[in-house]
Amino acid sequence: MIAEAGHYALVLALGLALIQSVVPMLGARWHDVALMNVARSTALAQLLFVGASFVALVTLHVTSDFSVVNVFENSHSMKPLIYKITGVWGNHEGSMLLWVSILALFGGLVAAFGNNLPLTLRAHVLAVQAWIATAFYLFILLTSNPFLRIANPPIEGRDLNPVLQDIGLAVHPPMLYLGYVGFSISFSFAVAALIEGRIDAAWARWVRPWTLLAWIFLTLGIAMGSYWAYYELGWGGWWFWDPVENASLMPWLAGTALLHSAVVMEKRNALKVWTILLSILTFSLSLLGTFLVRSGVLTSVHAFATDPARGVFILLILCVFIGGSLSLYAARAASLKQGGLFAPISREGALVLNNLFLTTACATVFIGTLYPLALEVLTGDKISVGAPFFNLTFAPLFVPLMIAVPFGPLLAWKRGDLLGAAQRLTAAGIVALIAIAVLWAWTYGGSSLAPLAIGLAVFVVAGALTDLAERIGLFRLPFGTSLQRARGLPRAAWGTAFAHAGVGIALIGIVCETTWNSEYIGTMKPGESAQVAGYELKLDDIGQRQGPNFRELVARFTVGLDGRTLSVMTPSKRNFTTRGASTTEAALLTRGASQLYISLGDIAADGGVAVRIYHKPMVLLIWFGPVLMAFGGLLSLSDRRLRVGAPKPAKAARALQAAE
Amino acid sequence: MTRKQRRLVMIGGSLAVLAVAAALVLSALRDSIVFFSTPSMVAEKHIAAGKRFRLGGLVQPGSLKRGDNLAVTFEVADGSATLPVAYKGILPDLFREGQGVVAEGTLDQSGVFRADTVLAKHDETYMPKDVADALKKQGHWKDDYSKPSASAEPQPVQGAMR
Repeated sequence: MIAEAGHYALVLALGLALIQSVVPMLGARWHDVALMNVARSTALAQLLFVGASFVALVTLHVTSDFSVVNVFENSHSMKPLIYKITGVWGNHEGSMLLWVSILALFGGLVAAFGNNLPLTLRAHVLAVQAWIATAFYLFILLTSNPFLRIANPPIEGRDLNPVLQDIGLAVHPPMLYLGYVGFSISFSFAVAALIEGRIDAAWARWVRPWTLLAWIFLTLGIAMGSYWAYYELGWGGWWFWDPVENASLMPWLAGTALLHSAVVMEKRNALKVWTILLSILTFSLSLLGTFLVRSGVLTSVHAFATDPARGVFILLILCVFIGGSLSLYAARAASLKQGGLFAPISREGALVLNNLFLTTACATVFIGTLYPLALEVLTGDKISVGAPFFNLTFAPLFVPLMIAVPFGPLLAWKRGDLLGAAQRLTAAGIVALIAIAVLWAWTYGGSSLAPLAIGLAVFVVAGALTDLAERIGLFRLPFGTSLQRARGLPRAAWGTAFAHAGVGIALIGIVCETTWNSEYIGTMKPGESAQVAGYELKLDDIGQRQGPNFRELVARFTVGLDGRTLSVMTPSKRNFTTRGASTTEAALLTRGASQLYISLGDIAADGGVAVRIYHKPMVLLIWFGPVLMAFGGLLSLSDRRLRVGAPKPAKAARALQAAE
Repeated sequence: MTRKQRRLVMIGGSLAVLAVAAALVLSALRDSIVFFSTPSMVAEKHIAAGKRFRLGGLVQPGSLKRGDNLAVTFEVADGSATLPVAYKGILPDLFREGQGVVAEGTLDQSGVFRADTVLAKHDETYMPKDVADALKKQGHWKDDYSKPSASAEPQPVQGAMR
């Protein structure tokens, strides 16, 4: 009954989306306020019905109703409650339902908080949102219905893939989808602006907080996914340049560019055409990511052919939306008025440079991810493009970007003074040089690249601090005045500094982890000990333990440093009986920002167990950096300017409405 | 600067960055891509020793031998040919005899594949897709390998063992 109700609610949501796709457009054309306002009610009703449908699926999973295929295939009655809930989106059908639920959530938010938007703009935006929603409702209902029943219900389910039975599944996919789907708002705004043929700074004020919100979630989602892979997969790797990861990195890079170009548009009314294009591209890349992950095309083009319905359907959605929006862009972009002028050396120029490097880096990731697919289709050759490709292309493009980051905020709008900015960055430069010299001397004979890279990261962090110090007049003015100024500084300025510092901090973590990672891989018997990076790890014993739906092999390690006992670590290997699969549960010991990492391999016949022990210096900074970036984004989002000033429409728009 | 000059500076700068990026991509594509082969393709094509490639196939039942200090040897078969593989390290959780495997490495002079990476990109319900395709092409496909993979969430099942 619940399954049927959920299915029915989804069909109703489709009906509402169809109405929302057409009626507000007609209203905008006929200048009919009532018709335009239909968008608002349908968007909210849509959210209600999709929400009901999603709750229905969660209920089915929680009550272990194995007469539903989706529950049978992905759940088990013995599974802990939290994984019964998270298992809802741990599979294709459920994750698509989560996708549309979040889409409806964003549509509902625009409807609820968009009261100050020009009426036609809101109608257009919500109509475009509904087009996307319609496409995905059809996709779910026609090819991936999560509410399908089984004729003869089995008594027990097949359980969720053990790798996914982790708290990471509760956080990572929803975060990632909030990011992916959040970019649909800027897409809808862009398409609406193109339809109306009018765009102004108020438009950018509206788009920026939405983009920022999506970007914050995507940043956290990617970081969370990376940390999850790090502790769950058992190899201690945190980024594999896997196509699935690239699929989330591409919208992030484009979204970061969009965030910066929207600033130029909002402040200086320039780069309009480019900002619109970026909005379209960012969401297109999100759609592409959904396609890559959901169609099975990644592992092989032939896998795509074995289940063509889904793949072809998403490919169709992809073509219609990307092709359609880009055609509209080609037809209309020229009619958008060009805005403010600026010299190449200026804040705008710096942001253009940022956009240039971010989009180029995004393009290299795009090529590396899709080239194998293209080649296989064209020649039948199977190749894999792995980490070396991305290290050789992505990294060199990021270096000039990182050097430029501290300069940007110090340049004035319109016409900047590069020499003056460089002078103000002298202190940051000196700190970076000292860092390079100290590290080089300390690790003498080791990698020469690592100290340089860390120096660059220190420069970025120090540059961000310099920007703050300059703004509040630290050391130039009396301390009290500085403090007062700091309090009065717009939160967006603090946000910028935090986010930029986060980039530097993540880089420090990445360089330290990849350069000075030490490892021990071998077979150990109880009583034996291993030395890793000065720590002594003694294997005390190996035991068995019974979990709710698995049995696990637990090893106890005593960790010592300089003869003192620090802690006990218990890595384990879980065996899930239902699927006959096993997972490796690594044990982590955090020391400052560094971590000791133990994961278990197979047990040998002689009672020894294969172990992998890593010492990863500064590894936590890799994820602390993105958290700092997201925090910066959050500060910027809470800026008074965006809260109070955002919904103010441009004078032109108001005049237009008054005339009606 | 006139408007035209400014625009020229912008366009010139963009083109320069794009040219650098294109050069980077092309050189990286030449050096760092890895081809996929099965044992019979290796026998046909005479891949030179020392050239990196990915080897895919089924782990020959009964061929897995564990040596000292985590050294392992096994044979990869695709129905018409087999190739011995040597690897040092911990095998992935999902490594089983009779199941599909993808390994990355080079052939040595004696024709043994020295793997430095054994990939675990699949769960127990399905084969690595590359392997399945290759086996199908050669007509050695057995239906019991092709259990539905609908329940397999592709996202976090990733990563390689180094």
